[in-house]
Amino acid sequence: MDSATVSAAPIWTRQHLLGLQELSAAEITQILDQAAEFKRLHAQGETKLTPLKGVTVGNLFFEPSTRTKTSFSLAAKRLSADTVDFTSAGSSLSKGETFIDTAKNIEAMGVPLMVVRHSTSGAPHLLAKSLKASVINAGDGTHEHPTQGLLDIMTIREHRGSIAGLTVALVGDILHSRVARSNIWGLTKLGARVIVCGPATLMPPDIERLGVEVNYRLDDVLAEADCVNLLRIQAERQRSAFFPSIYEYAHFYAMNGARVRRAKPDVLILAPGPINRGVELTPDVADGDRSVILDQVSNGLFIRMACLHLCWQAQQRLQAGGHAG
Amino acid sequence: MTSLLLRNGRVIDPARKFDAVADVLIRDGKIAEVGVVTATADEVLDCTRKIVCPGLIDLHVSVRDPGYEEDETTATATAAALAGGFTSIAALPDTRPVVDNRAAAEYVILQAARAGNCRVYPLGAITRDHAGQELADIGQLADGGAVAFTDAKRPVQSAEIMRRALEYTRMFKRPIFTHPQDATLTAGGVMHEGYYSTLLGLRGMPAAAEDIMVSRDIALAELTRGRVHLMCLSTRNAVDRVRRAKQQQIGVTADVAVHHLVLSDDCMQAYDASYKVDPPLRGREHIAALIAGLQDGTLDAITADHQPCAAEKKDRELDQVPFGIVGLETLLPLCIEALVEPAHLTWPQLIALLTTGPARVLGWKDRGTLSPGMDADVTVIDPDVRWTIDPNEFRSKSRNTPFAGRNVRGRAEVVLVGGEIRFRR
Repeated sequence: MDSATVSAAPIWTRQHLLGLQELSAAEITQILDQAAEFKRLHAQGETKLTPLKGVTVGNLFFEPSTRTKTSFSLAAKRLSADTVDFTSAGSSLSKGETFIDTAKNIEAMGVPLMVVRHSTSGAPHLLAKSLKASVINAGDGTHEHPTQGLLDIMTIREHRGSIAGLTVALVGDILHSRVARSNIWGLTKLGARVIVCGPATLMPPDIERLGVEVNYRLDDVLAEADCVNLLRIQAERQRSAFFPSIYEYAHFYAMNGARVRRAKPDVLILAPGPINRGVELTPDVADGDRSVILDQVSNGLFIRMACLHLCWQAQQRLQAGGHAG
Repeated sequence: MTSLLLRNGRVIDPARKFDAVADVLIRDGKIAEVGVVTATADEVLDCTRKIVCPGLIDLHVSVRDPGYEEDETTATATAAALAGGFTSIAALPDTRPVVDNRAAAEYVILQAARAGNCRVYPLGAITRDHAGQELADIGQLADGGAVAFTDAKRPVQSAEIMRRALEYTRMFKRPIFTHPQDATLTAGGVMHEGYYSTLLGLRGMPAAAEDIMVSRDIALAELTRGRVHLMCLSTRNAVDRVRRAKQQQIGVTADVAVHHLVLSDDCMQAYDASYKVDPPLRGREHIAALIAGLQDGTLDAITADHQPCAAEKKDRELDQVPFGIVGLETLLPLCIEALVEPAHLTWPQLIALLTTGPARVLGWKDRGTLSPGMDADVTVIDPDVRWTIDPNEFRSKSRNTPFAGRNVRGRAEVVLVGGEIRFRR
């Protein structure tokens, strides 16, 4: 359904979406524009589009997920695709099959688009090399989560008009966060200033070389930040002595009412979730008027529609051109 | 009386500081004469424009036999060794069962005799089952032929156990080989910790993990007057610490794996498991320090750190893939590329690091030299032949190499063990 495609956009040539690191600012903008167009159509009541009619999208979740999986599933259905879900629990993986073989088997059943979530960094890249299908990374280990980065950026752009010139603070566990890396790539390519903020134990080495500033104290960055994105803290990491206690973490990094009052009056509060109320942010902030958390969730659907649509089109063009890329 | 004449090669024998175009006469398996040989021989090999040197020695090869024959067997490992120019290899004890008793050591020797390729010397375990808890039967392993003791890639974490091992092995005049790494800092690690691990979201193994263990093992060698050999040094600080320890006459030696001289951590960007090695590929500054260590004698030997691995084990998620590169058949051209071509080392210096260097680590006086009277373990190298690395041609059973398709220069052409031609290309 080409009418749903944003006109005058450059031709998207990527069959896979593995990360934002390798994308240009123009490519990122193209996804954002396509998502905005899907959102506009949706608002007009066009809740069912047809560009993926007759296509089956495989949701391969080798790591548990609720929100991202539901969002991708719904995005595929809104584009009239059929979906097939795979989760590793109780699957042939537990019988010793490798995840590559699992994916090849699903591909052999006629699934040309694979949404892949995996706990190992680089796993979708390995699949992209092994399959003819398009691979869309739905989060790999501690590497990237491109659709989450895109939906965060889409949400900021909706509220602020553009990304260039904004200061965005990413707060929390930067070391283990794939959301942080995708946000860093996307935001810096579009001209934002990015500050990463969290305890020194959760700050990866040489992170400055990704084009960001490091600050260990949230209170020091509040006055400058146009947006604060609160990354999830996994309580189980506490056992590895990354920080003394959840209580101490919250003392320094939780976004609470007092901190919101010291921030810019128009600050945007984002959280990729799932949130631990009282840890990354307090309930009054999560549900308060600066929070755009539910906008993020809504936009996630349109971002994923855009990614599925663009990658499928690119795959068809590549195959028509006689060489799958 | 059988005789063989290697005629008109560039003969390099670092043990005697010999480097000249000459002939080498071999009679009854021994080196008979080096120089201008006028005597006739049963067989003559023209070695013009070739290098004739002592057979190469690798200090630690993972032979995988018994227990992991899907990766490698003694027959395939020793065939690969010959093709790489090696006449002697020491076999790591990280088999299943572990070589922690005399019978296991003798099995290694038996398998090598059955294969009939190169010489194989067993390395015995330091601790029973490499568990790091109690000493293996070190004295009986020595009686069974173990030339040194090591827990391979599972370094002894307890300083107390390491101390006892260094003290106990002194009685047998054999060194402890160790892979210096503090496991608490590297657990779950996949690659070197630094910019690229941050970029790729892969768990890092900091250089400090190696620096700490090198410092500890040097301190223990000093305390016990024992002999410690550090395998596969990969960090700048480790090289510095070994350099200082040697100046203080502490009983420490060290080697480096050839892939640490040619590859760096940026290679991991491909998420390709064939680059996953332990210790991990490091940054450029570490490579420069390793080369300096080879130049000034801080590092005694170069190894392939041969770690064969069946394809099905490497074709997995990066964190589940075993470490290692299959290296015996690619060591020589990589050494030429990394060290001789950029003029970091001369040919005699390189040959020394592959012959006299490892022989000295093991206290051998009768290997790694072409002195008359010694067993004729000889490697003839064509230093100029250009070829492309093709894993399908490996004698090794495994193909886990990041060097497939690489255009390289130089390789072993003829290999003699005890005067017998065991390999000829």
